[in-house]
Amino acid sequence: MLERKVVSPEYMFFEAPREKKYLIGNEAVAEAVKRANVDMVISYPITPQSEATHIVGDIYAQGYVKDYYRGEDEFNVMSAMAGAAMGGVRAFTATSGPGTLRAFEMFPCWAGERLPIVCAFMTRGVNSPLTIQPDNIEIGWLADTGMLIFHAEDPQDFFDMILQAYVIAEQPDVHLPVGVCADGFFVTHTREIVELTPEDEMLPPYDPSVSPVVTMDMETVPVRHMKDPFVMKSNYISYNTHASWQQEVRAAAERARKYITRYMGSPVEVVHPGAEILFMASGTAAAQARVAMERMRAEGIDIGLVKIKVIRPFPEKEITELAEVPRIIIIPEHNITGWLARDIKSRVNNNAKIYGGPRVFGGMTMPPEMLVEETKKLLLNLVTA
Amino acid sequence: MEALKVSPGFEKILPQEYQELVEDGPYGRGLAVKDLGTFKEVIEEHPLCAGCGLGLAIRLILASLPDPGNTIIVGTTGCNSIVMPQVAIHNIHALFGNQSSVASGLKRALRLRYPDKTKDVVVIAGDGGVADIGLAPTMHSWFRRENITTIMLDNEGYSNTGGQESGMTRQGVVVNMAPVGKKFPKIPLHEIAKAAGCAYVATVTPARARRLGQMAKRAILIARDIGPTYVQIFCPCSTNYKFPPSETLKRAKETEITEYMSPEAQEFIEKIEKESQSRGGKE
Repeated sequence: MLERKVVSPEYMFFEAPREKKYLIGNEAVAEAVKRANVDMVISYPITPQSEATHIVGDIYAQGYVKDYYRGEDEFNVMSAMAGAAMGGVRAFTATSGPGTLRAFEMFPCWAGERLPIVCAFMTRGVNSPLTIQPDNIEIGWLADTGMLIFHAEDPQDFFDMILQAYVIAEQPDVHLPVGVCADGFFVTHTREIVELTPEDEMLPPYDPSVSPVVTMDMETVPVRHMKDPFVMKSNYISYNTHASWQQEVRAAAERARKYITRYMGSPVEVVHPGAEILFMASGTAAAQARVAMERMRAEGIDIGLVKIKVIRPFPEKEITELAEVPRIIIIPEHNITGWLARDIKSRVNNNAKIYGGPRVFGGMTMPPEMLVEETKKLLLNLVTA
Repeated sequence: MEALKVSPGFEKILPQEYQELVEDGPYGRGLAVKDLGTFKEVIEEHPLCAGCGLGLAIRLILASLPDPGNTIIVGTTGCNSIVMPQVAIHNIHALFGNQSSVASGLKRALRLRYPDKTKDVVVIAGDGGVADIGLAPTMHSWFRRENITTIMLDNEGYSNTGGQESGMTRQGVVVNMAPVGKKFPKIPLHEIAKAAGCAYVATVTPARARRLGQMAKRAILIARDIGPTYVQIFCPCSTNYKFPPSETLKRAKETEITEYMSPEAQEFIEKIEKESQSRGGKE
């Protein structure tokens, strides 16, 4: 193990020299975990995530992570992650599709307990019929858990977002779990250039003393305290406690916005914002839309792209403002439900100009040619109409 | 206990029960069941039914913790979970059945953060929580040799949800969800615990107060260094089994008291109890 030094998040994100490496997404995850100064990792195998936590296991063996084990199933892994975070350490895990669903009861619990856990979701389709293929239907479900949700476009995003996630999650006025999502296979198994910060520099350690909720270590006053509102008392106070706590979790997510701006620049990336047609997309759909946009612009079509990096808290202000200008908004997605289109349509005035689609799922790819063709078809239909 | 001390100027503001815990609480004093009635207990009151076997069992466990100032309790849904918010010890209720995995993560975290201090992590949960919905994480915590103590409060059913059959209900008993009687025997979890790697396994009842206290204490001490431990406490439920609350202890006595120690655990217990006796301790 290298001798390492602690650096500030600001230095690491904006000033540290970057070295180019040719990595798949799962390798980029392990590189991020190494630099994130993570105390404990708990793993469980599932495709396409497994490789990431194999490599994290290797860096544990080298001494970069202090504790690591394979849990018995995803629900219990996420439960043990909660125990670790309640005990005041920085914890990491990762899962995919069916694993996400197996574990699901824990995600609102993490948010309710105000645990700053970072979990990577290498998204995948869910049964049935059996699939192990890329599909990000699970992000739509995760979006209502109270967790912050980021969506990576490529291995570079995956590396950066995991590091940014810890810094944002652990702010005392946020202190919420973050799900960093990336489309399985398309990101996890694709090799790209990733610019890494120096291997011997890591984030400052987690300080549980700044947590807005008590760390469960018997080092603070233990009287009549429980990491749970007193819901078992069936009375007005208990109902009110639960209701106000739910709102506080959402308010904490709102407070994350200023840190998202500080550490991620913006929750959205905008290319040609004044264009007549806009793609709005996240994850690898944004990557494919970027290529399609360039091809169409070369043909003289006035089209731009809004890449949505942060799914929760939803960048409402940015999206509603950006949606004012174009005549047509197209939302390509890697799932059948169209959760991103639903999110955007429910917030934008005059949403008749929003086209939710095209959508691919169950492992199908989204070639830029298809996006170009579908966009042109849409334009032609509008002209003939 | 340092964390409990009152900041100057706040003495008159804090409630009397708090002041009593500061002045006369059990933290760091090495108290036991025999001392009950002479100190301020960490449990002030509880909302359980009259005659509940759990209430007494929990009181005895709490009075027997070897180091209550450095103990964290992990529970789960059930009658016991409506008691725990009243206890002056950090306790966690996460979800139903995940207590052993929460405890695994917690114990490991505390070991990392306090390498020079022992933090006891004790799971206290009901029979449904341990033997049914939480069986996999309970057993996996044993397979992994986690240094945690699991204490099952066995009232032979799901009492908090209205008296349904659990795996620990006896065969033939008619309760909710077993409308024609339970069709399979009580799960022999104390036997399974030995095979799964527990260094100490005991079955006891609150009718045997000092024995229960001794077993809880032994289980927690062995879990610190040797391996996982399991104590199963039979706590009859008068509400759902429809017997008079005054009969609870009589019924509790029906169960068999058993104690198993691995050779390593046996050696360890003999050593520390001999040391304790030479210092004048009796427990």
